[in-house]
Amino acid sequence: MNNIRTQLLICQGTSCVSNGAVEVVKAFKAALKEAKLDKEVEIITTGCMGICELGPVMVVYPDGVFYQRVTPEDTREIVQEHLLKGRVVQRLFYKKPDTGELISIMEEIDFFKLQKTIARRNCGIIDVNAIDDYIGADGFVALGKVLTEMTPQEVIEEIKKSGLRGRGGAGFPTGLKWEFAAKAPGKQKYVLCNADEGDPGAFMDRSMLEGDSYSVLEAMMIAGYAIGANQGYIYVRAEYPLAIKRLEIAIAEMRKYELLGKNILNTGFDFDVEIRIGAGAFVCGEETALIHSIEGKRGEPRPRPPFPANKGLFGLPTVLNNVETLANIPYIILHGAENFASMGTEKSKGTKVFALAGDVTNTGLIEVPIGITLREIVYNIGGGIPNNKKLRAVQIGGPSGGCIPEEHLDARIDYESLKELGAIMGSGGLVVMDEDTCMVDIARYFMNFIQDESCGKCTPCREGTRIMLDMLTKICQGKGKMEDLDVLEELAVRIQDTSLCALGQTAPNPILTTLRYFRDEYIEHIRDKKCRAGVCKSLLKFEINPEKCTGCTVCAIKCPVKAISGEKKKPHKIDQNICIKCGVCYDACRFNAIKSH
Amino acid sequence: MSKMTIVEPKASPSREKYDQLKKFIVENKDKRGYLIPALYKAQELFKYLPPEVMEFIAQEMNLSESEVFGVATFYSYFKTNPIGRHTITVCMGTACYVRGAQKILDELEKKLGIKEGETTEDMRFTLGCQPCFGSCGMAPVIMIDNHVHGRLTTNMLDAILEQYK
Amino acid sequence: MKNLEELKIMRDKAQKDLALRSGKHNIKIVIGMGTCGIAAGARETMNEFLNLILKSERNDIVVTASGCFGFCVQEPMVHIYAEDQIPVTYHNVDVEAARLIFDEHVLNNKVVEQYIFQRGKTNE
Ligand SMILES: Cc1cc2nc3c(=O)[nH]c(=O)nc-3n(C[C@H](O)[C@H](O)[C@H](O)COP(=O)(O)O)c2cc1C
Repeated sequence: MNNIRTQLLICQGTSCVSNGAVEVVKAFKAALKEAKLDKEVEIITTGCMGICELGPVMVVYPDGVFYQRVTPEDTREIVQEHLLKGRVVQRLFYKKPDTGELISIMEEIDFFKLQKTIARRNCGIIDVNAIDDYIGADGFVALGKVLTEMTPQEVIEEIKKSGLRGRGGAGFPTGLKWEFAAKAPGKQKYVLCNADEGDPGAFMDRSMLEGDSYSVLEAMMIAGYAIGANQGYIYVRAEYPLAIKRLEIAIAEMRKYELLGKNILNTGFDFDVEIRIGAGAFVCGEETALIHSIEGKRGEPRPRPPFPANKGLFGLPTVLNNVETLANIPYIILHGAENFASMGTEKSKGTKVFALAGDVTNTGLIEVPIGITLREIVYNIGGGIPNNKKLRAVQIGGPSGGCIPEEHLDARIDYESLKELGAIMGSGGLVVMDEDTCMVDIARYFMNFIQDESCGKCTPCREGTRIMLDMLTKICQGKGKMEDLDVLEELAVRIQDTSLCALGQTAPNPILTTLRYFRDEYIEHIRDKKCRAGVCKSLLKFEINPEKCTGCTVCAIKCPVKAISGEKKKPHKIDQNICIKCGVCYDACRFNAIKSH
Repeated sequence: MSKMTIVEPKASPSREKYDQLKKFIVENKDKRGYLIPALYKAQELFKYLPPEVMEFIAQEMNLSESEVFGVATFYSYFKTNPIGRHTITVCMGTACYVRGAQKILDELEKKLGIKEGETTEDMRFTLGCQPCFGSCGMAPVIMIDNHVHGRLTTNMLDAILEQYK
Repeated sequence: MKNLEELKIMRDKAQKDLALRSGKHNIKIVIGMGTCGIAAGARETMNEFLNLILKSERNDIVVTASGCFGFCVQEPMVHIYAEDQIPVTYHNVDVEAARLIFDEHVLNNKVVEQYIFQRGKTNE
């Protein structure tokens, strides 16, 4: 045992790493050595702390002092001043966006204060690679409890009682799903973890695997015990190399401790896990497609029933759960179903992790009780919209979700109320959009995504999304007709009704919600040939303000089609017949003389 | 283990790669559904999946060639054309899109003189897009090889590209 | 790891390492580590406190450094913050004094009059 007085928790999530967090750790090691503090100050490399916007971030314990945007050059000062002399380094404190007030303690920052962490309870606290840290945080105690004190049926009852619902999108009750698989006849069964996380704008599963992969693995074992499976697969997308690396380390550590393999904890329970890596197909997040992919086939979905609980991987009974769903399981077993069910709303219990991104001050990951309002998330936790812009919409639920306008920000977020608004909880991606966002273009963006990812197996999804995309593209180019709006709505309903899997069934949601809440923007595009956000280039008109133009000629030189003319030192003009609206002049002008509208 | 003849490779460095691939397939032959990991291994070794390599996998794993081709072409991760020394992937996730990813892509296409999905003539860069790699907190981002560059503006691109020769 | 007992023993051991990060501490020992404090031997004092905590097997006591308290001749200076108690500041705390303060004040709640500098809130 060593004599540690201070611990430096340094975030090693993907965001912080790409901003230099690995170099920060290296620099700290050197600086501590230099100050001869390396025996009493310990570096803990943690998973994502959630506030990616400010990375690299770190906390000094026991003081609890939080530093942001730390560079390798700052480390010496932190060591010499804070650790050696006890003088905190104020210039690295968090600054409250509205008042500029400096905040030193992590828990006092609004972003953290308003959260409630269950699934992410260990993220940012335990060392990502140290199994001992996880054990110190009650790791595997839940597993030990179910193996020695509970029958599989009791485990299922407990999960049912907790009210936990799937966090992968559909919100299906987890306990019930386990019960189906437990009751399905068969000796060989499987537990799968869905870490494909394909929704653009969602990164909570990645961060949980990077920061606390042990929780997810422990939960897979508990599920295995509950349904009678001894083999698990965790399907991770290829774009998450760091998560894959940490999972590999975690699995190796667990094998070393004999927490995977045969006769675990001397209870006669066997379990093993294998990692399978996805290969870049969004549809593989769908459960039947994912199963095909693990089987080594093309990741195409198939009709259900039969559900995977009866006929899953290799045709055998299978439970498939999302990463975040699983991360809740050890907590429920340890603290009881009632404790978990005391959070959330009547029909949606517990907490949900959201990935807060887009035009919002504090981007990052947050975990909040279900039932919180969007307004609280965007303004209180997220710190509002930067640059004094106005909010246009919040997109929730990814390509299957919808765009919620300002007037519905006070709705409580749970599975049911979001559905009423035309969106879905989805995996929890929350993309905030300010007034510079064109909602028609956003609908086109999602349709483009879906059209690209449609696997092509069923016609409504393959052809329907193509037709909708073409229509939206035309509207964005100013070539739309008013009738298009009715056709879009009609098509949307047809595709919802007839697609094979949820990819197609939910694909029209972004169109339907934008048509519902932002119809006037569609009409402006079609009738007035106008894009108020200035995003749809074909509808833009660039003009030079003669009062501001100094005649510096830069725009005329840069224009690729020579549409700008004028004498030196005299105001220039753009010939609208030649202009291709590329925006080069706009970017080049140093006098703000070019207007686009 | 199958005793079929190996597709005879011409140069010896690729011979070595075939041996490694074969070793991987043999080691995992008892695991079920191992085609995708084998394709991964092959792409890691050969940088992309030329038809000969897919034929080789089909032979070694006792699968039909059409099955191997069908799987390889389904997944966007597998490349059937040669790629450049560095792969630039522009994130087209919602957060990046809202924060200007399209401008970044346009600028890269202009700078490199290629379109999305193409490779520069000197084989230095391959340019691609991805729906999201979960770095939304730093939008807009691009990934070059395995390195994420975030909070981008078009002015930063030259300096970043400079780092990759 | 052979059984649940072993797991629990391991957990209790590992919990110590996490205690520092829990934000729940009953007693905080703050040592003035300005330039003069260090010159007067504050580092040795701190190391002694760390050794004493380790020996006591208590998870709820932490040591932190603070800046110069402004009374250079009295260094090393030490504050003891215990839950629900008036904070106490000691002066001239060398290794010897550290042992005494730890045994008496930290572990047994008895203020050590001989080294006392000030009771009550400090302007730290
Ligand atoms: C097109 C499509 C993509 C999906 N992608 C994911 C995904 O990336 N991650 C995930 O957990 N679930 C995804 N799902 C939902 C899964 O099919 C499944 O419902 C879920 O993984 C079940 O786990 P849960 O009950 O714990 O939520 C997707 C569904 C569809 C239709």
